[in-house]
Amino acid sequence: MEDYGYPITDRFVATILGTPEGYEADLPKDIPFKKRWINIFPERHLPDLIWYGQEMIYAEVLQDRPAPLIFLIAGTGAASNGAKNYNMARAFYKAGFHVISIASPTFPNFVSAASRTGVVGHAERDAEDIYRVMEMIWKKLDGEIEATSFNLTGYSLGGFNSAYVAKLDEERKSFNFRRVLLINPPVSLYNSISLLDRMVENIPGGEDNFDQFFNRLVEGFSKVYKDQDDIGGDFLYQAYKAMDLKDEELAALIGVSFRLSSASMVFTSDVMTDFGYVKPKGLVLDRYADLTRYNQVTNRLGFTDYYHDFFYPYYKADYPDMTRDEFISAISLRGIADYLRNSPKITVMHNENDIILEPGEIEFFNEVFGERATIYPFGGHCGNINYRDNVAHMVATFTEGAN
Amino acid sequence: MKSLTLRTCALLALLSLGACSTTPPAEPQASYPEPVFAIDRIVPADAVDITSVYDPWEGMNKRIYNFNYHFDQWVFLPVVRGWQAVVPRPARRGVHNFFENFRDVRTMANSILQASPRKFFQSTGRVLVNSTIGLFGVIDVATSMGMPKPDEDFGQTLGHWGVGTGPYLVLPLLGPSNVRDGVGLYPDLVLQNYIQDDLLAQPVRATTFLFDSIDTRENTSFRYYETGSAFEYQTVRWLYSTKRELDVEK
Repeated sequence: MEDYGYPITDRFVATILGTPEGYEADLPKDIPFKKRWINIFPERHLPDLIWYGQEMIYAEVLQDRPAPLIFLIAGTGAASNGAKNYNMARAFYKAGFHVISIASPTFPNFVSAASRTGVVGHAERDAEDIYRVMEMIWKKLDGEIEATSFNLTGYSLGGFNSAYVAKLDEERKSFNFRRVLLINPPVSLYNSISLLDRMVENIPGGEDNFDQFFNRLVEGFSKVYKDQDDIGGDFLYQAYKAMDLKDEELAALIGVSFRLSSASMVFTSDVMTDFGYVKPKGLVLDRYADLTRYNQVTNRLGFTDYYHDFFYPYYKADYPDMTRDEFISAISLRGIADYLRNSPKITVMHNENDIILEPGEIEFFNEVFGERATIYPFGGHCGNINYRDNVAHMVATFTEGAN
Repeated sequence: MKSLTLRTCALLALLSLGACSTTPPAEPQASYPEPVFAIDRIVPADAVDITSVYDPWEGMNKRIYNFNYHFDQWVFLPVVRGWQAVVPRPARRGVHNFFENFRDVRTMANSILQASPRKFFQSTGRVLVNSTIGLFGVIDVATSMGMPKPDEDFGQTLGHWGVGTGPYLVLPLLGPSNVRDGVGLYPDLVLQNYIQDDLLAQPVRATTFLFDSIDTRENTSFRYYETGSAFEYQTVRWLYSTKRELDVEK
């Protein structure tokens, strides 16, 4: 690992910039990656405000001959055709796999179309939702294509989901996954979410200065945008250089982007369940309603607020023996550590300096997975996911020993 | 110039009355229980929303946004898929370049109006190269040669001379815009028609509008409602407005 060539050693910079040009894996430019729609709960009637969320969107790219199949699960707030899943699809398609890409359960469309309850973030329940989606997609494809084996991977929260989906598969046995790879997963979901929520506190001058901070970012981007004739692939990198952001500001940026994506998820759940979290219970909003004020309020709330004041109260009746803290801290890979320890098919790819782990949490992976955990010295949170060595590692995980 | 915008506003406002039965009053008659995080408690009354955009016709705009989605689903996107199925990729590329060449002409004209020699020479260079070596624009030689491609339209020209955007506007079929940019489409269209009438043989001329539209939709990756977020409308509104503001300054 000493000669690991990923070029960004700073954990925040890596997380934001990802893999710079010239370090990426060599992948096909165009693949026939297609969006698809599937009606998971045909009997469901959504509130008018989110009428468009009835069918679940996923994406697929298929080989024209029998091939191993891999499911991808996206990270927090990400769509099935988000950049990270798309790049993974390119890599696996090139390596000869059928690829089916699924959004994160925290993606608003998943919440409305594929979550049984509309309140996501629960390890086992999310796994059941994802598993149902996988079964229904496969039912559509079975006969059309031939899969020589089933495999599974996901990054970030999608890695966490993959672990629980793999465990569920041991009982249901619809797929009998051959290999499962967890990429940069959290250990305790609540710990990771708290870390990300708290990053917003890094805004210079505190959260009250959010406006100035935001304007400064927009100005930085604007300057680079105006100076360029074309927006090249290294636009983000140039903007970063031009703005000369300090580590705290980079952390704040990550916190803000996390908050914005959770705002959309939480509001969808609130509208769907009529829970009364930010929208008054009983108030019906139609598809043309002005949502400005709701957007403002959800942008001011964190993911942790959701866990304490929506998620826990919503499920509390189903788990009468658990306190709030017990309930929330149970959403962790520690709860299935024995299963993970004894499942040779599950491997981990992680980074020593991942920003979503508490100090020391990375040790969990060495302890539980032993040889099956590969911890890179840097890369931040998924920053190195497109780096050529990491992509090669990812692909090799699924091609080794395959016939 | 200002009175022009004002008059257009008035006109559009009038037009909108017919289409727009405004959203039912947001003030509930019955009183609802207070939510866990009540707006008035969390958001200070004087809070400024930095992503806000002047949008007095939001009700109408959201209806057009909704209409555009359905037009996409039932007409526009199926036609684009048919086009992709029938015409091979290199040919579609050629068609795309052909129309882009006219857009470079538009940039030429607007660069003159903006008194910008740099953009004028850049776009003129492109048009000269692409119309000759590039076989009437079908091959984009200029880009392969590394020639920069400025993009100017009449909306930007108006902005350049200080005309404000006016209210945000979602145009039928065309999507996000504002009164200034919407008005700006017209002179650009007149210019394009004038040139195409002059240059193109009648059978080709008759089809340009159709193929230009298909090509534009094919090359616009945006899909209505696919972010899944209930806040998509205001996010798109802010992104469009910010981008246009920068394009004017550029």
